[in-house]
Amino acid sequence: MELKGAQILLKMLQEEGVDTVFGYPGGAVIDIYDALLEAGDINHILVRHEQGAIHAADGYARASGKVGVCLVTSGPGATNTVTGIASAYMDSIPVVIFTGQVPTALIGNDAFQEVDIVGITRPCTKHNYLVKNVRHLARTIKEAFHIARSGRPGPVLVDLPKDVINATTQFKVPGEVKLKSYNPTYKPNIKQLNKVVDLIQKAKKPVIFSGGGVSLSHGHNELTELARKAQIPVTSSLMGLGGFPGTDSLWLGMLGMHGTFRANMAVSECDLLISAGVRFDDRVTGKVDEFAPHAKIVQIDIDPTSIQKNIPVHVPVVGDCKISLSQLNSLLDKEDLSGVEEQRKSWLDQIAQWKETTPLAYKQGDVIKPQYVIETLYNLTKGDAIITTEVGQNQMWAAQYYHLKEPGHFITSGGLGAMGFGLPAAIGAQAGAPGVLVVDIAGDGSIQMNIQELATAVQYKLPVKVVILNNGFLGMVRQWQELFYERRYASTKFVHTPDFVKLAEAYGATGLRASKPEEVSAVLAEGIKCEGPVIMDFIVEPEESVYPMVPAGAPIKKMLLV
Amino acid sequence: MTEKRHLLSILVDNEPGVLSRITGLFSGRGYNIESLSVAETVDPSISRITMVTKGSPMIVEQINKQLNKLINVIKVSDLTGTKYVQREMALIKVNARSEHRAEILRISDIFRGQVVDVGVEHFTVKVEGDTEKINAVLNLFKPFGIREIARTGGVALPRENK
Repeated sequence: MELKGAQILLKMLQEEGVDTVFGYPGGAVIDIYDALLEAGDINHILVRHEQGAIHAADGYARASGKVGVCLVTSGPGATNTVTGIASAYMDSIPVVIFTGQVPTALIGNDAFQEVDIVGITRPCTKHNYLVKNVRHLARTIKEAFHIARSGRPGPVLVDLPKDVINATTQFKVPGEVKLKSYNPTYKPNIKQLNKVVDLIQKAKKPVIFSGGGVSLSHGHNELTELARKAQIPVTSSLMGLGGFPGTDSLWLGMLGMHGTFRANMAVSECDLLISAGVRFDDRVTGKVDEFAPHAKIVQIDIDPTSIQKNIPVHVPVVGDCKISLSQLNSLLDKEDLSGVEEQRKSWLDQIAQWKETTPLAYKQGDVIKPQYVIETLYNLTKGDAIITTEVGQNQMWAAQYYHLKEPGHFITSGGLGAMGFGLPAAIGAQAGAPGVLVVDIAGDGSIQMNIQELATAVQYKLPVKVVILNNGFLGMVRQWQELFYERRYASTKFVHTPDFVKLAEAYGATGLRASKPEEVSAVLAEGIKCEGPVIMDFIVEPEESVYPMVPAGAPIKKMLLV
Repeated sequence: MTEKRHLLSILVDNEPGVLSRITGLFSGRGYNIESLSVAETVDPSISRITMVTKGSPMIVEQINKQLNKLINVIKVSDLTGTKYVQREMALIKVNARSEHRAEILRISDIFRGQVVDVGVEHFTVKVEGDTEKINAVLNLFKPFGIREIARTGGVALPRENK
């Protein structure tokens, strides 16, 4: 069948099971958009800024478990996606980005809206392609999806010159992708797992540290089984939240800079740390030399580069988290674990004591505390909502006070920390999980970075709820200034902030506000009940800080407490 | 931890942009490239990059893994500590006034060098060998005054197992 490049692209999207594309048209992709008019089964969501498209594709991927797809034009359309690509790369999210490009004959001539997007995104994509010949188009798209979703997932960019899109060729669905240089290791080495079994049996004070890799591999049930079977308490990175039930008695809370007291203490004291799907980011380890100083460290990860990158590891296990944890469970089933509850008692008692003496805490007075808003949201929704966050204090409070049940329900820009992520990600998540309550927990700073996407939510009837913890500050930076810069608040106070209720109304959404603690619950309940998109503006304590806090570069044991 | 020199032989897809992926990886992650040479192999779809890098064992392990992670990298071999042959070529433009000409030629002969260009006051000598041999020639030429050097960087292949 003789087809145009644009038609081949759409055929391949259908072939890959894509039903939703987030994008923004422009000169270089006008032919793709023209062809889209005839591809009835692909739902295109027109965002208001290309950064919104890529974050939405990211949120969609996390909520649906499918590959997110984003389509933008050349030049500025392409460069506007870079922040979102970098964010997806850091968090290992499968996204395929299609960018328009000037015709091949003009490449390198500084043509109008030309940019070397393949060059720009080389360090922040898992892989990228410039398609120079329409005959390679179908195969390239097939490879792009394969690479994005397999192994350690990540964003893949495909740059499409305008003449390639308009050229025609014989179309045949390409066969299975076989790359001689790319073959992720899914199955772990059984010898390594036997060492882990041995360590688990000898350990007196073990801890499991789980990360985004557990969620990405859907290994949460295997993780929970392991923890319960061997009576090992579990902490996680920010990306790992949702991989283990936040209400389980073995749950320690998050680890690291804003981790719970008991999680940080447990890791500092443990004699065995079983990590799965984590990369030991500096926000987790604090001072590396004093991270888990008494522990034998096991690291399970599908990406060999994550192993031993930041900290020395005693037992490396290269493999998929789900498969590795499942095999570990099978091996443990052959062992006699009858005495394990007795064996762990003093360790679990110690942890319970840390929890009791130093829990997460705040005091709700006359002014709304941001933590109270999140806690109330949790109580109203019982952990069933998909939470997206912006970046900063709102993100940390959400991580601390919203207890998760399952993966795919906490969607945050973890590695890159991109402000402006939450609203478009919520829109993507809502498109990927229709019928589920999606709440973006935002600050008054972050929300203004991609507020324009509210129009997208209204247009496509994606009923996302935005909770703004409005403190009039860029709160996290303010907190650092308070603690480490003698309260010199350089450029962190917003002198003027828009009226978010009126803004919501101007966009055709609903705007609600709570200024007093007693209004919080009612506003949240009303906002959740509303049919369409809602902004809820909570006027919170301006100078509230996130605690515990480990100053950057300090050992995680050295926490500043409330 | 002590830094050590490593000789890497990297097979990659012979495609535009691949070298940039590799050098970008090194600059982005702050790794060292001491020398680098690239050319097609017997299979024209594959190129071989021979690279000398330097780092602590943990860094060199990362370099290996990070290179392997690139989709266009087919195979990375660290030849350090294995049996291999390595050669490098250098063109050395050395001052050669009449009173020094004979001595320069003698030194060149000892190292099986070849004069490839002659001027009124200079020779350009071509020398091949491992890196140490070329460094030795350069040292001996230094007193005469070296005007310019062009070095290829090393290329290497593992020896066959006997």
